[in-house]
Amino acid sequence: MYVAVKGGEAAIDNAHQLLAEKRRGDGSVKVLTVKQIQQQLPLVVDRVMTEGSLYDPQLAALAIKQAMGDVVEAIFLLRAYRTTLPRFAYSEAINTDEMRIERRISATYKDIPGGQALGPTFDYTHRLLDFSLLEEEGVDDEIKEGVEETINEGTKGNSTDDTIRKEATAENLIMEDSSQSCSPHYPRVTDFLRQDNLLQSHSSTLHSSKTNSSENKTPVNDTQKSEAENTCTDLTREPLSYPADRTARLQALTRADEGYLLALGYSTQRGYGRTHPFAGEIRMGYVTVSMMVEELGFAIDLGEICVTECDMINQFQGNQQQPPQFTQGYGISFGFCERKTMAMALVDRSLQAKELGEAIDTPAAQEEFVLSHCDNVESSGFVSHLKLPHYVDFQSELELVRQMRADYQPVPNEEPAVTTPSGVANE
Amino acid sequence: MNSMDSMNSMDNTESANVSHAQQSNYNFAYLDEQSKRTIRRGLLKAVAIPGHQVPFAGREMPMPYGWGTGGVQLTASILGEKDVLKVIDQGSDDTTNAVSIRRFFERTAAVKTTTATEEATVIQTRHRIPEQSLSNDQILIFQVPIPDPLRFIEPSETETQKMHALEEYGVMHVKLYEDIAHYGHIATTYAYPALVNERYVMDPSPIPKFDNPKLHMNEALLLFGAGREKRLYAVPPYTKVKSLDFDDHPFEIQQWEENCALCGSDNSFLDEVIVDDEGTRMYVCSDSHYCSQRVAEQEQEQVSSSHSQNKSEDLA
Repeated sequence: MYVAVKGGEAAIDNAHQLLAEKRRGDGSVKVLTVKQIQQQLPLVVDRVMTEGSLYDPQLAALAIKQAMGDVVEAIFLLRAYRTTLPRFAYSEAINTDEMRIERRISATYKDIPGGQALGPTFDYTHRLLDFSLLEEEGVDDEIKEGVEETINEGTKGNSTDDTIRKEATAENLIMEDSSQSCSPHYPRVTDFLRQDNLLQSHSSTLHSSKTNSSENKTPVNDTQKSEAENTCTDLTREPLSYPADRTARLQALTRADEGYLLALGYSTQRGYGRTHPFAGEIRMGYVTVSMMVEELGFAIDLGEICVTECDMINQFQGNQQQPPQFTQGYGISFGFCERKTMAMALVDRSLQAKELGEAIDTPAAQEEFVLSHCDNVESSGFVSHLKLPHYVDFQSELELVRQMRADYQPVPNEEPAVTTPSGVANE
Repeated sequence: MNSMDSMNSMDNTESANVSHAQQSNYNFAYLDEQSKRTIRRGLLKAVAIPGHQVPFAGREMPMPYGWGTGGVQLTASILGEKDVLKVIDQGSDDTTNAVSIRRFFERTAAVKTTTATEEATVIQTRHRIPEQSLSNDQILIFQVPIPDPLRFIEPSETETQKMHALEEYGVMHVKLYEDIAHYGHIATTYAYPALVNERYVMDPSPIPKFDNPKLHMNEALLLFGAGREKRLYAVPPYTKVKSLDFDDHPFEIQQWEENCALCGSDNSFLDEVIVDDEGTRMYVCSDSHYCSQRVAEQEQEQVSSSHSQNKSEDLA
């Protein structure tokens, strides 16, 4: 006799066990450590931190290990952890003008004050598989050391701290590239345009998050929020509502799936949008995070984070209120997620169509479409929920289709309806 | 106190395992108290405006969006230590996602769980309302994928908000009318829209329309949570809920020619099960507790009758 399906609990337990075995792989191969992931797969760590909205390389690496390299799953793990953390306060807006630069390029000017620095980029590498990397660790390490020595010429290259070493490398390259004294201040390409009113002003689009110098230094916390004009929407504390202001849009885009933004950004270039972008400046490096402590009356530094920032410059034809000028799209990420920040800048600019009075006739310009579907934790969850049982709904549809088939009258002189599959039990 | 073994037993009535919960580094029922309070404020508003969708700051939960995070957040927000929790999916306590969510609260809140509908103070459900009628000291929490009944007619949130505000529900009737024009009857079988308290049209979540009449004047508090869409809404006890229809095409529920093959019920929602390679079907209750309870009662009667009359009967 038929017995209703049982055994969900046992099945789940067994599945978890199989998962653990799958994760470990062949036991004769050394266990991959979190530290190795953190050190040797830094770009995936950066992506997980960015879309997971938590700057913690170690936990991001842990999530990647636990997720067996499934990036979206790792992002989800990190988000679910992040959401349980208490919220003490909001930091000051980071000031990327004072970034300790590792990479900085501009596609709009040949030379810029502070110089251009390629930094650790895949650009201009030939995408040829480096078969020497197939060799086991020992050989690999020797090669790596050799490379480092050449890069670190003239600097204290044997430092054990990776961060310090990288920093030294970058400063070194900047000096070589720009033949200028190494200044800690790198003026922003977009600010030169803004001086001549060739670029839209900050105030026309948003308040902070674009972190420009002291004008935006308003302390923000939960209670004070409403008073301060320069506050940012915080999507982790309030639901996204439409129309969304630019701070909400930028936050959503920063957390958004890289692939999704890439496709949307690409679509604006290919013909579903007319934003004509130029990469005004892309910079990657370290910035200080500080927090205003009310009792002290001043901000204290909490530490440094690595970020990548992209200022995209776009055309604007002008309208009846405004003369023609350039407009800006903005992208930012934790770590080194350059592709993400560029795509984000394109989409950010597209979404300004509303404020600029442009026609909203492309997917990338439709705020609700872009923002409601950009989060991969949400989208992968909802797509994957189709795996859950839908017996009841399917049963309802089954009954309906049977009823509609029973009522069905084929139009004369046409092929009769397809024969019913298996005669259908109850008829 | 129960041993760890009880976690693995199929009988969950007593599996609240305090030691297990204490191991975890999370707050009672996972969410921090501030988040819970935010959600409860939203719930108060939802109860005050029956059927109205209230935005709330949904949190990421440790299960995927679309897998019941809205319901889980509501449950987490209202759960107290003395509550008894039942979780069902497709009417059954033993479907994998129901097991998973029940375990989640066993682990994080150590509340008592049950499969018996009448014992539960809080029932979280996906896609069904229990067959057994609920009482006014029970709360039924629905997991909702798409909270706005207008969404499939108007994709823009900005527009649908306006339509709700202006009670502009004509399009819903047009959609139903088009069904009738095409097929001769209304072709919506689940997530069937209903008018709540004569004001807001509500998506009752993807329950079969068979369950819609149970929404009307239900004694229990009905709460709906959509985690991904960050909306919650409510039908307070004893609220009018009317499924949309026309005078000449009144609302109808699904009916089966068969009875449940296990308990013989002729008035419950039946799942169709394919039992062999030839595609032979049988029909069984979707509400597993209702069905097993009826089977148990029948066995009881059978035993007592066979005792008295020394006569056995075969149940199909």
